[in-house]
Amino acid sequence: MAGAFATTLYRSLFQRNAAYLTGIFASAFAFELAFDTASNRVWDSFNRGRQWKDIKHRYINQAEADEDDE
Amino acid sequence: MLGRTVLRSVPFRGVARQTLSKTSTRASSSAAGPESASSPFNLTLTASAATAVAIGSAAYLYGQEAHAMTPAEEGLHATAYPWEHAKWNKTFDHAALRRGFQVYREVCASCHSLTRVPWRSFVGVLHTVDEMKAMAEEYEYDTEPNDQGEIEKRPGKLSDYIPAPYPNEEAARAANGGALPPDLSLIVKGRHGGCNYIFSLLTGYPDEPPAGVVLGEGMNFNPYFPGTGIAMARVLFDGVVEYEDGTPATTSQMAKDVVEFLNWAAEPEMDDRKKMGVKAITLLTGLFALSVWVKRYKWSPIKTRKIVYSPPVSRR
Repeated sequence: MAGAFATTLYRSLFQRNAAYLTGIFASAFAFELAFDTASNRVWDSFNRGRQWKDIKHRYINQAEADEDDE
Repeated sequence: MLGRTVLRSVPFRGVARQTLSKTSTRASSSAAGPESASSPFNLTLTASAATAVAIGSAAYLYGQEAHAMTPAEEGLHATAYPWEHAKWNKTFDHAALRRGFQVYREVCASCHSLTRVPWRSFVGVLHTVDEMKAMAEEYEYDTEPNDQGEIEKRPGKLSDYIPAPYPNEEAARAANGGALPPDLSLIVKGRHGGCNYIFSLLTGYPDEPPAGVVLGEGMNFNPYFPGTGIAMARVLFDGVVEYEDGTPATTSQMAKDVVEFLNWAAEPEMDDRKKMGVKAITLLTGLFALSVWVKRYKWSPIKTRKIVYSPPVSRR
């Protein structure tokens, strides 16, 4: 089973240099995206309610409400 | 490094030993008979006395604490407060920054400048862009010279820096009895104790100076200020400002907010810096584990090999 998987992996990724390089770049891109999303989410949970994006609704809604009043 | 030190110290010690033996020989040969020079007891006694004197004088010189200033001139050390924003995984509390900026504008700004901070740096951090544009337009700035070379006035823009309350240092001194209110842009970085010091200073004014304290004219007593005589009087009293978010404006609340705001003014990059640091440490931890595994993998044949000595078989 493992052998079959390794063979498939070899055929699809490592055998041809173009596929190998494309795989490296694609996985780097995907990893960067996933890592950034995950770590930003963890960071925001550490700092719930402390950052500007957590409090800006108070002031932006307020500004819009003022405009509505006028 | 270690090897070099050893190399250098060996000849030095040799030279020292040589000179010691030479001088002792010469001194004893001129002063006393040849018996005392060769007596190991006298040598031991002299060396012990010299060592005792050396240790004693070193302890006298370096052992006791030396103070260049009296405790009053040092100022009282600020209490260490558990600042939430100082933790490694915490950003500034931006609601507190916003309150602190309000305190700065309504209280501090009448004397203290904040010249390194432009209006634009508040946008998306403490205030919305419309609020900041309105705030900047309240102030007038010089224009570039026009065709006639005249400089006119224009309302402020986001790219302008916060104007100083006084046009220059001399004007500031003249208005404050000779004392210069320092610029607050980098004050948290520029004072020993940082946030703790400024908080202690703002909340540490006693109702009246302790008995026996002599203050200069127009000076106020504050134990946390080096020298204890400070030109700034107590400015934060309960209810001096009215917070827009309804937070009770006690003295300590205002001091805490304005200190956090000044910390932001000095280090506006702190939120991003900490986030990047957490990300970098996480990634580097993974890479380190990987490199440990690679090292063990590459070294495993070397670490597990067995060297066998087979003695030569003598042919006879």
